[in-house]
Amino acid sequence: MNKLEARNVNVFYGPNQVIKDVSISIKKNTVTAFIGPSGCGKSTFLRLFNRMNDYIDIFKMEGRIEIDGSDIYDKQIRVEELRKQIGMVFQKPNPFPKTIYENVIYGLRIQGIKDKKILDEVVEKSLKQAALWEEVKDKLKNSALALSGGQQQRLCIARTLAVAPTVILMDEPASALDPISSAKVEELIYELKSQYTIVIVTHNMQQAGRVSDTTAFFYMGELVEHDSTKMIFTNPKNERTQNYITGRFG
Amino acid sequence: MNSSKKNRLKDNAFKYFGIGCTTFGLAMLAIFIGNILIEGFARIDWDFITNFPSRNPDKAGILPALIGTLWIMGLTAIISIPLGISAAIYLEEYGKKSRLANVLEINISNLAGVPSIIYGLLGLEIFGRIMGMGGSLLAGASTLSLLILPIIIVSTREALKAVPKSIKEASFAMGASKWQTISYQLLPASFGGIITGIILALSRAVGETAPLIVIGALAYVPFVPSSPTDEFSVLPIQIFNWISRPQKGFAINAASAIIVLLMVTFVLNGIAMYLRNKWQKKVQW
Repeated sequence: MNKLEARNVNVFYGPNQVIKDVSISIKKNTVTAFIGPSGCGKSTFLRLFNRMNDYIDIFKMEGRIEIDGSDIYDKQIRVEELRKQIGMVFQKPNPFPKTIYENVIYGLRIQGIKDKKILDEVVEKSLKQAALWEEVKDKLKNSALALSGGQQQRLCIARTLAVAPTVILMDEPASALDPISSAKVEELIYELKSQYTIVIVTHNMQQAGRVSDTTAFFYMGELVEHDSTKMIFTNPKNERTQNYITGRFG
Repeated sequence: MNSSKKNRLKDNAFKYFGIGCTTFGLAMLAIFIGNILIEGFARIDWDFITNFPSRNPDKAGILPALIGTLWIMGLTAIISIPLGISAAIYLEEYGKKSRLANVLEINISNLAGVPSIIYGLLGLEIFGRIMGMGGSLLAGASTLSLLILPIIIVSTREALKAVPKSIKEASFAMGASKWQTISYQLLPASFGGIITGIILALSRAVGETAPLIVIGALAYVPFVPSSPTDEFSVLPIQIFNWISRPQKGFAINAASAIIVLLMVTFVLNGIAMYLRNKWQKKVQW
């Protein structure tokens, strides 16, 4: 069974249709890259999976989105529970203005977990998973805002991992970082693949090529083509995909 | 004259005009405070603070008015802070954007500009008569709470708005509910701004005279109020009362009471500035 499944999804912002009849299946423990020119709807589409568009007043959706076969827009679904399962990493690193330690345990804290031993364990495990432990283990009580941009982004990843999600959504996670930090985040994505299903929006074609198993090309709110990354980059079926990845527009 | 020269001239002209305006404001304030200090400073001693009002200006003191002012300040804070912050949170975080919300919003800003004596009349009718509080501390504090509520709501909303959207998104994406996001992230991050607004609003309340006169605060109080249902006076009313007397001695008393009142508001503003600086240093994006 597919981990994530979107069926005939339409999204409207007021009178504007920004997603047009998109259906896509995403397999468990794979990395899927969403590519496409700015304004093509790929970020909007990504944010459907953890219902972050719900906060936009003029947002309206049709169609069905499933995780493990159950409809996430069902009225019975508690959106807070859903987001523990589907974590998200944003474009700009957005750590809370608190200590590194508090940042990592935020998800547990809001679930009411207070046991210091559990919290300590989770902090160490999550920071190690995010390849940040060695750099910050002696300053867990320092403000997260004192970290560099790349470290902040890995902290945001650690914070997401701490609540043990099964899916991680990443909205251009490396676009605000320098090349070295960006490479570290890519490496991390590659390692996390074995345990998590990852969907990543990226502007960077090379990045999509390096980290993803499958690639979906969006254009003007439509899903033009979704195939294995290798196919998309070497032998795309659609002419628009071909034009985009060869840099003829976008 | 070429244009760059002309521009520089204009630049300089405005600079000196600005300096003039600033100096004018400061000079007026300095003259006012200097005048008050010369008149009243010598009169301030422990007896002046701890004596009751009297027909003899040399024996008269401000104790009941000062205690009344502190009571009013405390009660107003207790009433207005929870109301103001809750209303602001609702409007900013829960309220849907609708035409009704817009009307509400404009009205709250307008309320901040309603003359205070109108609030006095409202307080007299609602708190004094209908709710039967009479001319008590509680009636006064409730009236002043209404008066400063719009200020607290507006400043709290501004402080909440100043928290970056990315923090809110991060919290929601972690599975936090709205209230958890507000209590764990938004309120701590905006605390400095909120507290500053509250203190400035309270220092405005402390200086109000008209609404309290309307609801029936007394000019002569021969006792120290000891519970919220007691009748009371406050410093501005005491000052007003003394100023209106013919004897020179009372004018001096009024100047001294003004110094005490100014001290109270300066201390409040000082605390506001201290807290703002402290929290701004702690929370930076």
